[in-house]
Amino acid sequence: MTTLTYREAIRVALSTALDADPRVLLMGEDVGRYGGAYAVSKGLLERFGPERIRDTPLAESGFLGAGIGAALGGLRPIVEIMTVNFSLLALDQVVNNAATLRHMSGGQLSVPLVVRMATGGGRQLAAQHSHSLEGWYAHVPGIKVLAPATVQDAHDLLLAALADPDPVFLFEHQLLYPTEGELDEARGPARIGEALVRREGHDVSLITYGGSLGKALAAASELAAAGISAEVIDLRTLRPLDTDTVCASVTRTHRAVIIDEGWKTGSFSAEVAALLAERAFYELDAPIARVCSAEVPIPYAKHLEEAALPRVPAIVSATLELFGRG
Amino acid sequence: MIDGRERALAAFEQMVLIRRFEEKCAEVYSTGKIRGFLHLYIGEEAVAVGVMAALSADDNVVATYREHGHALARGLGPGSVMAEMYGKATGCSRGRGGSMHLFSTPHRFFGGHAIVGGGLPVAVGLALADSMLGHDRVTVCFFGDGAVDEGEFHESMNLAALWRLPVLFVCENNLYAMGTALERHESLTDLCVKPRAYGIPAENVDGMDLFAVEAAAQHAVSEVRRHRSPFFLEAKTYRFRAHSMYDAEAYRSREEVAEWAQKHDPIDLAAAQLERRGLLDPAARAAIEDRVRTAVQQACDEADAAPLEPVADLLRDVLTPEAR
Repeated sequence: MTTLTYREAIRVALSTALDADPRVLLMGEDVGRYGGAYAVSKGLLERFGPERIRDTPLAESGFLGAGIGAALGGLRPIVEIMTVNFSLLALDQVVNNAATLRHMSGGQLSVPLVVRMATGGGRQLAAQHSHSLEGWYAHVPGIKVLAPATVQDAHDLLLAALADPDPVFLFEHQLLYPTEGELDEARGPARIGEALVRREGHDVSLITYGGSLGKALAAASELAAAGISAEVIDLRTLRPLDTDTVCASVTRTHRAVIIDEGWKTGSFSAEVAALLAERAFYELDAPIARVCSAEVPIPYAKHLEEAALPRVPAIVSATLELFGRG
Repeated sequence: MIDGRERALAAFEQMVLIRRFEEKCAEVYSTGKIRGFLHLYIGEEAVAVGVMAALSADDNVVATYREHGHALARGLGPGSVMAEMYGKATGCSRGRGGSMHLFSTPHRFFGGHAIVGGGLPVAVGLALADSMLGHDRVTVCFFGDGAVDEGEFHESMNLAALWRLPVLFVCENNLYAMGTALERHESLTDLCVKPRAYGIPAENVDGMDLFAVEAAAQHAVSEVRRHRSPFFLEAKTYRFRAHSMYDAEAYRSREEVAEWAQKHDPIDLAAAQLERRGLLDPAARAAIEDRVRTAVQQACDEADAAPLEPVADLLRDVLTPEAR
């Protein structure tokens, strides 16, 4: 066990993968000399050289597509996209190629590609660097979508992505990079498609993932002080979703609050809510509640940005309402 | 010139096969056995056949949605291609792809891409893998003049040149991006200036002349192999049929099409050249037509008789099955 940051945990996993398999390479904007926009790959260029820590031109569609081709050609590329908003320039390659090639070729091709990108708001980066679009990606069959929320998961889910034969997308909330936690390197790859109970409780399930996990846990502590025992579910994988763990939790608690930094309309939280309506309707003692981002491009000014994003008090009050204590 | 009588005649026969195969597809389309989009390559056969003749079996091919000709010229069996069009389980993509998405890993034929320009980054990546893994392969990437408009074209030119990757870009310039004439979609209609701006050597060739295409492709492929860096070949060609089965062709005149078909038919041109070389006579030509007719009919008969993929397997191959 060592204590390190989320970004260092990703770096450890990258180094492990690069050491273990000569087919692995990291490619993306500023991953090499600059050391990564979020300093994730700092020092890797010196260790592994410019072929395998490959700086790319600013051509998201081009280098993500090249990652797909490289995966078809026998490499195990990890493509880093600086931030989810930039990934929109590569959506053609994601949706039309990475996600389709296996099926469209009748199972002849597989695309063992890993794509990592920063997501989420909270750093006053305004409306072109702060969005949470992982829910869009989770809409698409043919890819897997992961959202590591802890230092251990940042490491273990990346290793799992690399071991997977299909395209896997990792969404790293940008506020998590400097957070510290324990890492047990020996744990090995996590299981894709497995949600975890991060805090046990019996009155309500707070269902969340990624950058909102910390807020949900903080809300659960406040709720405990108010006499409400909240269970916190960390989805970890958005596709394929661990429906059993989610439904089992709500079957225990009979109430659900979904916290998702995406906009509420058409968000991943809507998918979870629909799942509960379909599979756990008769277990519910109260309406499903959601805490999401306000329906606005994330603004720059600190007070406005804070007001736009899910906050702990909003989670607490949404939960209290389910108990008639709003 | 394609060396030797047998190779030259085999290339010619491939062109005839593509032509008759696609004529049959159009015929079958009207019966409803083939549906969806059907983009015929008729008129452009010399490009695929000429370029494929310059490749080895180990090279990679990435093609477009107008790729029946490329698939057949690459050696995919007419039976498996026809069955794919029929949506049958014996099709080369198990009925998942159809006309626009033909794949065959044994032929290193990587599709069948129906987003214009979308295949280029993939080709660059295949070449990156070969480059890093030390394979001596060339990746050939076909696309049309319309793809030159796309950002992915320019991103791919830059990547291939910057990283010195062994890609042969083959632009099939048939003068129309669907229904928009070249001079109405490109600010500069000399397409070779674009790759040259990225430092990629570029040449053009008469895409209606099988032997000229083959010679140009041999040169281009050898340049890619020798320097392990990209090359751009523009084949000037013309599509004799509509863009797809839904196209009323309001954007070009019948006279224009007729003139191309009369004066520049690649099959007539190749036949005349072969006759001049004493390699083809009417009897040999008739024998080729007979063989091709039989092969195409057999492809249809087999496709007709082939089973459908069971609906129970609908979700198969969305993801790789978990190892047991």
